[in-house]
Amino acid sequence: MAQMNTKIETGATGKLLRRTVVAALLEDRAGMLCIAGLGAPAWDITAAGDCPENLPLWGGMGGAAMMGLGLALAQPERKVLVITGDGEMLMGIGSLATIAVQHPKNLSIVVLDNEHYGETGMQETHTHHGVDLAAMAKGAGIGDCRLVKTPAEVLALRSAIHAGAGPIFAQVKIDEQTLPLVLPPREASILQARMREAIMGKAAHLQ
Amino acid sequence: MQPENSAEDWPDQIYGLLKDHGIRQVALVPDAGHSRLIKRCLADNDIKVVTLTTEEEGIGMLFGAWLGGEKGVLLMQSSGVGNCINMLSVAIAHRTPLPMIVTMRGDYGEFNPFQVPMGNATQTVLEAMGTLVKRADTPEDIAPTVNATLRMAYNSYRPTATLIGQRVIGAKTFGK
Ligand SMILES: Cc1ncc(C[n+]2csc(CCOP(=O)(O)OP(=O)(O)O)c2C)c(N)n1
Repeated sequence: MAQMNTKIETGATGKLLRRTVVAALLEDRAGMLCIAGLGAPAWDITAAGDCPENLPLWGGMGGAAMMGLGLALAQPERKVLVITGDGEMLMGIGSLATIAVQHPKNLSIVVLDNEHYGETGMQETHTHHGVDLAAMAKGAGIGDCRLVKTPAEVLALRSAIHAGAGPIFAQVKIDEQTLPLVLPPREASILQARMREAIMGKAAHLQ
Repeated sequence: MQPENSAEDWPDQIYGLLKDHGIRQVALVPDAGHSRLIKRCLADNDIKVVTLTTEEEGIGMLFGAWLGGEKGVLLMQSSGVGNCINMLSVAIAHRTPLPMIVTMRGDYGEFNPFQVPMGNATQTVLEAMGTLVKRADTPEDIAPTVNATLRMAYNSYRPTATLIGQRVIGAKTFGK
């Protein structure tokens, strides 16, 4: 593999640092489209570099994975990566079954699992009490389901995502530390329009 | 009263409208009232039919579809509207065209008491969430109303809905 600029790091707890994971997944992304769940994942993809191929969510909790499905079905030649939190994924957990049945090769879902609802004051989520999201995704019928805990596993995940051998589901255990906000644009019609234009050019606005 | 033969074709007329408008993704939680339309869509290789575990998944999915340049429609019964409420904010905030075709329960001669609260609230709730709602209470009204719902969604970038009244579909009586 080509040399990467991003160094995937772990924190004092020995767990992966979320922004280095996200930066690694998005480095040299070759037009890959990325939807990020509300809260910290949206700030993470923005910290990695805001661009039209990024759709950071400001709401719609529980909907990120399904948004990825609609986009992946509409753009089968493009890779689509959903990056979201454990709380957001739990709210839309049934969508894993819907996605597994559709079997989109170009869709990957990465859950940044800090075992807490970070945005609302660090209350524990079910994953803190042993709920195994990767096993739930496996049970739904998603073929490639991973639990990711080390930098080497992040690199392997990155290769699989970039190879387009989906659908892929990864539960990445991350350090729970709260990081400074890096806010994306908040005007969501611009976020939608800029991604559409990145995919379809100016014709997007005449559809 | 039996509907007229031609009027009974309304599911086929809706299917024709989906084709006219270039709809490529159909998201649904089944309702008996939509069964004929669902069969038509399943038989069409140019339409991706996605069965959902809950209706709100459809809101997210159609937003994703529009991001990628595909038009879609959400089919559900009125109880499913209740499952969509907060997710509609996604379409409002992003200005996403989001047409919905809703078969009404709890609306006219309903037998099942559980259908009545949501059926009675369907239009109010959708409108409270910024959706343009039109009702069709006769078979003849359905195609023009669905056409308007599709046009308004794609012309004005917002959620829109046709509610197909229970007077058209008939009340389920569970043999009573
Ligand atoms: C429907 C809904 N319920 C609750 C909230 C409040 N809320 C906002 S972010 C969030 C937690 C997200 O947690 P997670 O997805 O695990 O992300 P983290 O910040 O921990 O990385 C909650 C509960 C909301 N925005 N919408």
